[in-house]
Amino acid sequence: MSERVLQALKDKFGDKVVATHSDFGDDTAVVDPSVWRAACEFLASDAKMAFDMCTDLCGVDYPDRTPRFEVVLHLYSISKRHRVRLKTRVGDEYGDDAVVDSVVDVWKGADWLERETYDMLGIVFRGHPDLRRILMYPEFEGHPLRKDYPADKTQPLVAYREEAEAGVPLGKLAPFGPDEGMSFGRRPPVGPTEN
Amino acid sequence: MEPIDLDLDEAELELPSEPMHLNLGPSHPAMHGTVRIVLELSGETIEKADVQIGYLHRGFEKMCERGTWAQVFPYADRLNYVSPMLNNVGYALAVEKLCDVAVPERCQWYRMLLGELARISDHLTCNGAMAMELGAFTPFLWYVKAREMVWDILEEETGARLTHSFGRIGGMASPPTAGLKDMCRAAIPAILKLVEEGEKMLLKNRIFIDRLENIGAISQADAIALGWTGPCLRSTGCAYDVRKAHPYLKYDEVDFDVPVGTKGDNLDRFLVRLAELRQSARIILACCDRMPDEGPVSVDDPRFSYPPKSAVYETIEATIQHFKLVMEGAKVPKGEVYSYTEGGNGELGFYLVSDGTGTPHRVRIRPPCFQITGGLQSLIVGGMLSDIVPTFGSLNMIGGECDH
Repeated sequence: MSERVLQALKDKFGDKVVATHSDFGDDTAVVDPSVWRAACEFLASDAKMAFDMCTDLCGVDYPDRTPRFEVVLHLYSISKRHRVRLKTRVGDEYGDDAVVDSVVDVWKGADWLERETYDMLGIVFRGHPDLRRILMYPEFEGHPLRKDYPADKTQPLVAYREEAEAGVPLGKLAPFGPDEGMSFGRRPPVGPTEN
Repeated sequence: MEPIDLDLDEAELELPSEPMHLNLGPSHPAMHGTVRIVLELSGETIEKADVQIGYLHRGFEKMCERGTWAQVFPYADRLNYVSPMLNNVGYALAVEKLCDVAVPERCQWYRMLLGELARISDHLTCNGAMAMELGAFTPFLWYVKAREMVWDILEEETGARLTHSFGRIGGMASPPTAGLKDMCRAAIPAILKLVEEGEKMLLKNRIFIDRLENIGAISQADAIALGWTGPCLRSTGCAYDVRKAHPYLKYDEVDFDVPVGTKGDNLDRFLVRLAELRQSARIILACCDRMPDEGPVSVDDPRFSYPPKSAVYETIEATIQHFKLVMEGAKVPKGEVYSYTEGGNGELGFYLVSDGTGTPHRVRIRPPCFQITGGLQSLIVGGMLSDIVPTFGSLNMIGGECDH
């Protein structure tokens, strides 16, 4: 049904479209990260494509491959009723240097999805207005959906810190009194205490 | 006592000009789920809002990568815990698409029937809880009473009221009980009667209407750009329903309408859910008429479906088949697939990557709530603090699904 979309992508971006397939009826195009944004803009704005909804955006970790990560975008067009899956591959074997252009200004809905992909896999979206963790807390170490992150790994307890100490935006609201929050989050009292 | 009419200089009475910060949630009695909203208020008007989710994150996707394909079903139950059957069926359909398996006709009708029951339970919970958060407790109790009737049927069928784990790759865990059709035919009119009673109490209540109408409105273009689906998108007038647009199971063979709203405000979302609930009742009655009473509910394919228990105890072949399926898991062909169904809140998608072994390489769920909650900020900024409660309630954010 949307094989025309794949053909249009190939016509427009030539050999920057690395691979295409239509396995299981899902039309898929893999593009080079350099044209990721351009391909998204084309799919969203072209009258024949009209992909107005960013259904899903996620990442997949393939630790044996280089580039290691796949960023997978599922698009849907309400008016044309067709779908396409657009993928790109980023990141070296250690998971570093995984950078891809943000598409938040193409589809507003990509905002949280890109934050989630960053949170879970550590893929950085260049140009994202507010790229911070979304499901995990700011002090979380590592990216849980990477295959080399053990599923039973425990994270250290985080003591209460000011933003200046932590160096990352924590989104905490001051002031927290000594009787608020969890006991491990309280600061040891400074100086002599009365009780 | 000091005198009240203090003779103060005008300048000293100036109110603080910096905005007030308010932390709403993560655990708040008037909130619909576990979510935290950090607000900047000017008086009672919201100037900035930051919606923070993740309090119910349980590592669903990571856990799925540790077990077999069949072991995902109990996790899928716990995603949207007010309509678990829809998740079960959605995941089963995704794996079946990857395995190229088509389930028998009886199973398709059965899945539809159970799914629509779950949808009724979902919409009743959302609308009831929304009314309760606005102070209307009685309609909530009536809706929960109606939901109990749905859960009684599901309990009779699956053995569990909430977390059924009833889906299987290539079928369902057991065939429909003999009394299913009679139970549905008896329960549906009773449920609709309760819904109507609750509706009368709410929709003729001036306070309730005033708090919903024209509050939390969103345009159709914005809703589409944000990736909204389900009742929230349909309330803006866009008739996108996966069941109609891309029919699966037997949805193309039954007659039902897709109700839409016009303004996309809280009242429209409330009304769309009520109307959809009645359409679900229609589908259930149609399923009761058309579901065959005889026939298998699982495919007869030794790669995916379990042999009958009697055979497992008596023959070595069936014992081995059972052992391999449980210990190694069904071998799902290599590839990637995106399968989508209409969940309680909208398009529920599963993106599965298989490396050809018995364990999933990646199970990605596309929860409809995630995108919808992502749009909450734009709905509440500029409005009043007290409008957060109905707006957030009408979006029906389900923590388990939204936070993965």
